[in-house]
Amino acid sequence: MMKFRFRRQGADPQREKLKQELFAFNKTVEHGFPNQPSALAFDPELRIMAIGTRSGAVKIYGAPGVEFTGLHRDTATVTQMHFLPGQGRLLTLLDDSSLHLWEIVHHNGCAHLEEALSFQPPSRPGFDCASGPLSLARVTVVLLLAAGDLAALGTEGGSVFFLDVPTLTLLEGQTLAPDDVLRSVPDDYRCGKALGPVESLQGHLRDPTKILIGYSRGLLVIWNRAAQCADRVFLGNQLESLCWERSGNTLVSSHSDGSYAVWSAGAGGSPVTQPTVATTPYGPFPCKAINKILWRNCASGDHFIIFSGGMPRASYGDRHCVSVLRAETLVTLDFTSRIIDFFTVHSTRPEDEFDEPQALAVLLEEELVVLDLQTPGWPAVPAPYLAPLHSSAITCSAHVANVPAKLWARIVSAGEQQSPQPASSASSWPITGGRNLAQEPSQRGLLLTGHEDGTVRFWDASGVALRPLYKLSTAGLFQTDCEHADSLAQAAEDDWPPFRKVGCFDPYSDDPRLGVQKVALCKYTAQMVVAGTAGQVLVLELSDVPSEQAVSVASVDLLQDREGFTWKGHERLSPRTGPLPWPAGFQPRVLVQCLPPAAVTAVTLHAEWSLVAFGTSHGFGLFDYQRKSPVLARCTLHPNDSLAMEGPLSRVKSLKKSLRQSFRRIRKSRVSGKKRAANANSKLQEANAQLAEQACPHDVEMTPVQRRIEPRSADDSLSGVVRCLYFADTFLRDAAHHGPTMWAGTNSGSVFAYALEVPAAAAGGEKRPERAVEAVLGKEVQLMHRAPVVAIAVLDGRGRPLPEPYEASRDLAQAPDMQGGHAVLIASEEQFKVFTLPKVSAKTKFKLTAHEGCRVRKVALATFASVACEDYAETCLACLTNLGDVHVFSVPGLRPQVHYSCIRKEDISGIASCVFTRHGQGFYLISPSEFERFSLSARNITEPLCSLDISWPRDTTRTSHRLRESPKLSQANGTPGVVLAPGSRDGSPGPARSKGADTPEPPEATLSPMSIDSATSADTTLDTTGDVTVEDVKDFLGSSEESEKNLRNLAEDEARACAVLIK
Amino acid sequence: MSHCSVPACDPREPAQFGAEFRRFSLDRQKPGKFEDFYNLVVHTHHISNTDVTIGYADVHGDLLPINNDDNFCKAVSSANPLLRVFIQKREEAEHCSFGAGGSLSRRRKALALREDGPRRRAHLHIGLPHDFRPVSSIIDVDILPETHRRVRLYRHGCQKPLGFYIRDGTSVRVAPQGLEKVPGIFISRMVPGGLAESTGLLAVDDEVLEVNGIEVAGKTLDQVTDMMIANSHNLIVTVKPANQRNNVVRGSRASGSSGRSSDSAASRHSLPAAPALLHLQPDDADSDDEPDVVLEGVLEPRPAPRPPPPGSQARVNGAGPAHRLLSSLRADPRHSLALPLPPGAVEEHGPAVTL
Repeated sequence: MMKFRFRRQGADPQREKLKQELFAFNKTVEHGFPNQPSALAFDPELRIMAIGTRSGAVKIYGAPGVEFTGLHRDTATVTQMHFLPGQGRLLTLLDDSSLHLWEIVHHNGCAHLEEALSFQPPSRPGFDCASGPLSLARVTVVLLLAAGDLAALGTEGGSVFFLDVPTLTLLEGQTLAPDDVLRSVPDDYRCGKALGPVESLQGHLRDPTKILIGYSRGLLVIWNRAAQCADRVFLGNQLESLCWERSGNTLVSSHSDGSYAVWSAGAGGSPVTQPTVATTPYGPFPCKAINKILWRNCASGDHFIIFSGGMPRASYGDRHCVSVLRAETLVTLDFTSRIIDFFTVHSTRPEDEFDEPQALAVLLEEELVVLDLQTPGWPAVPAPYLAPLHSSAITCSAHVANVPAKLWARIVSAGEQQSPQPASSASSWPITGGRNLAQEPSQRGLLLTGHEDGTVRFWDASGVALRPLYKLSTAGLFQTDCEHADSLAQAAEDDWPPFRKVGCFDPYSDDPRLGVQKVALCKYTAQMVVAGTAGQVLVLELSDVPSEQAVSVASVDLLQDREGFTWKGHERLSPRTGPLPWPAGFQPRVLVQCLPPAAVTAVTLHAEWSLVAFGTSHGFGLFDYQRKSPVLARCTLHPNDSLAMEGPLSRVKSLKKSLRQSFRRIRKSRVSGKKRAANANSKLQEANAQLAEQACPHDVEMTPVQRRIEPRSADDSLSGVVRCLYFADTFLRDAAHHGPTMWAGTNSGSVFAYALEVPAAAAGGEKRPERAVEAVLGKEVQLMHRAPVVAIAVLDGRGRPLPEPYEASRDLAQAPDMQGGHAVLIASEEQFKVFTLPKVSAKTKFKLTAHEGCRVRKVALATFASVACEDYAETCLACLTNLGDVHVFSVPGLRPQVHYSCIRKEDISGIASCVFTRHGQGFYLISPSEFERFSLSARNITEPLCSLDISWPRDTTRTSHRLRESPKLSQANGTPGVVLAPGSRDGSPGPARSKGADTPEPPEATLSPMSIDSATSADTTLDTTGDVTVEDVKDFLGSSEESEKNLRNLAEDEARACAVLIK
Repeated sequence: MSHCSVPACDPREPAQFGAEFRRFSLDRQKPGKFEDFYNLVVHTHHISNTDVTIGYADVHGDLLPINNDDNFCKAVSSANPLLRVFIQKREEAEHCSFGAGGSLSRRRKALALREDGPRRRAHLHIGLPHDFRPVSSIIDVDILPETHRRVRLYRHGCQKPLGFYIRDGTSVRVAPQGLEKVPGIFISRMVPGGLAESTGLLAVDDEVLEVNGIEVAGKTLDQVTDMMIANSHNLIVTVKPANQRNNVVRGSRASGSSGRSSDSAASRHSLPAAPALLHLQPDDADSDDEPDVVLEGVLEPRPAPRPPPPGSQARVNGAGPAHRLLSSLRADPRHSLALPLPPGAVEEHGPAVTL
């Protein structure tokens, strides 16, 4: 080879060992609400709940912190789940009619979910046989009998099969064919020729020999398995669902016409043709089917009837409702998303006479809602986990580590004032199974998510359960168009049915301009800045009491008299004037509006200097929010870049075609990403996609995929986008005097460094004197490769990142070394470079793209603590690439340490949403509603550690059947969790893990990050938000195989423009 | 009338970056003879007793010589409206080769090579042709299989695009169990008038095997695209040409056999001295460093005024009078205020601007 590059360092065994002590890759836990849930189950004995999803994931939740995750090998929808009560075992039915038995097993004191057995019903060749009566091809319902040893499977053909659960084998001789049932029914009562599919199977709580079988056509049979005959027969209408009251004397059936019927099963032997009661609750006009009905009795007399659906077809047919009826009280719970399933938490002990339901849990497509049925008014119980992160779409996120206890308490209290906890704390969260073994986290981590509707949500990300703390809404500051609509809707709704809005999933945004683009929080002063889509930059301060005050408004013109440009995008938001009432919490102080009102692309806050810097696609500005005066505005537009000016709207027409193509490509590959077209819905989608494909011009098919090789030039479009901003106290003027500086990096590889003249605060004084802040351009660096600058950080004389504002002055971190020469680390999408300061000359660099062919998406400086040595820690640069790999580099040497494959490269929104924490963890969205948490650190791991008291004799032979060892080999959405780094893979598993395996108390060992913060610190969430960039889309387009044939080489400009719209 | 702004190195104190600036006008239509101009220059600067070379910065920012009537006319005509002329002592100018290709390291190497006798060198102008810049070369002929070709493209300025496209495809390899098809990356299109086409060393359907020493096997089209773009300032691609008839034949008769390549750089390698010359190229791993442009602002040093203008010592390796001159120019407040830079003026990758 021409180049004798020894990029891979020779294997220094000592360094390799150290690396193993520092770095380990684990995907630890999924936060948020499971995407596309499809099944629900509850174990009343263990008080744990299971949720199955359409991607085949199984998630079990108990008390906060108790979670188990499993993934079926096939990506098939979980249609039903049933707990074997008290055993910690779960039987799942997939839509391919396979049955899987999962069990929670304990290893070294910690419980894990593992798949124990699976059963694929013998399918017969030929399509016709599949619908035959004796085929098991389509299982419709499952009922567990005899304490879970036996399962009855109802099928589409009308037969009921029996299965031995411990071995998952079919009990051949016991199958109950429809003919057997019909034989027991007098000829007169046979309804038609066939009974139809088995719609419902219910067991008797006290008499295990009796099963209630409901057939789709309406026949209800109480079958006695011992006597092999029908005890009772009822003739009803087209059946949807059945419920057998606990005494066995009453049946409730719900029907497709929106009615339900109550049958008495007490006395009499002859077939019953008339129910005792039959009502259509939302009649008399045609109603939709009641999909599921529950009957629960109470000691106080009145019983609960809880059912889903049944709404009047014409007027409220599109509502997603669950009705709770008790005596005369009817509440129609009105949800914003589809109802998947619901259950009540009630007594299931056979000796109890009454159900006494405590709570109703409703699983919706987008959230889980739990109502307290014992408190009058049936209030909703706030969920400690399973929060719908996406109640409005997440537009950005940021992580704040080591939150001071004081700020934490203030945020929690603000959140409590916002949503008061129910008075009766006794009947709070009803799902309490298991014990959380994880130690109380030693430090508090806050995850901030910005949303499309202008809210910022604060989440407790310290532990396994992501708990909502506080919600900040910025919409109240602005006048939006959609304010009257709400009051109108309210007025129309107070008559019958008695609707009650429940849940918080609300994907509709009043005004897209409210969307939050960037968030920054100073954890010492409780000041934060929220920047949005219409160029609004809001400085807020935490206040413990409500207040009423006016917000001062300023605008900063970022164009700086640049001629020849007209902004054709959205208007800026018009703020409300006059004093406004603000609840306790973060209250706005200053609003800065950028002109033109393009989305803010970078923001940073320095509370010590009272400065906020912000950037858009046009330039950046610096604002002194103490004096409420602008300090600096700088236009970064290239004169040739007209695209940036026009805003997103004008490009729609000219690029319609290419847009359509890109969307189609994305959609197509999503469809093909699934293993098979699982249901009719996706088949339809596919057909639509094909139709659309045919309609498009054929010239697209002619040219193969090709890529232009051309270096970026200065006049590429959107080159002026400000990508990162950074404040540092460092040496910019000369080597002898340090001072405040501000750094800005753009999309075209330009870095501007300003020396700031900030009046020094008087000794002991918090506020600095009222003198103007000055900014002077000190340096301007043009990176020759012109790649977008992703992050800038200044390293002190020891090569460590500078601490956050106030950290050093309040003795919370080691003061930076101001003696040795400082250096600035500039990370572009292609290279990392360290330059000396104040003379900006290149010191070290790593050309990632030139070597690996991947591009940098996210970087952050993180502290990695060693598992072997208490106080050894290294600061490294963590980097996520467009291929979804995570690389770790040493700082300031920029030597590659390890790399892992983390996210599928097709998952561009996952890559765009990634956030690194300061201690080597990270989050990214695996679905709109779920964050996957991963750790790169061998020591700082946040994973579920819990135990469950399960009661069934452990059979050692069963372990040999075990199908998979670790439930967390892959994540729920199918991302492979393969570890690539040779260094950390070849050796034994991470020391933390092996330690956990040997010693009885692993949580202490793994979960305490200890005093690493004092060793090194820096604000390292350099740039964390989830914009999908042009390159993301380009990468994506290029990588999908489908696009290969019909992808024309998009001109660069086109691709850029469509990305803006996709975003 | 055209204005000439003439910063000149004071030949009496060559080590000092400081310069004299003279500004005078010339008739753009009738610039006159080079001889007259030369005399005018040396007269204006009072350096008539020294031997100097005169150069100017063209639109690409490259430092080009003025040594005869023709290039003098060219220089004057290229002035818009100012012509910036650089005057250096002749011995110094020798060290600093004209042309854009010469980056810092190259000069470093050149100095090292010349230890044996710089005097002689002044007379015998064997070596890199000074007044040309390379655009491409075939390299590593001695270590590559004959079926492969390693091509280096030098990009200067934005005027000429690299100008080629790559695509996915399948190539056939010889495997132990016979021929097998493997995915490969191919050149799919040449932009007419682009650098790639003008070299004649790359052609449509050539298979790309390596980019700057890194094999592309197993990489996606997009990865290879990104690698090429990231290396675009010094792109070295190893290809397996679709047309295998023009391959370099190794051995004694190397001369003149470099296929269709007729440019100066390529034919240079067929000279017997090729190995030595090769190393004159800035092609070792790290000298392809694209130096980032650092522009100093108008910061006054806080405690006391800083003696020299900033940037004078900014680049240790950026020595050379012309560089210093330019950097001092850039550091001049009047100039740095004129940001952003006019296209192609100073941010180009030429010797004159590696600040």
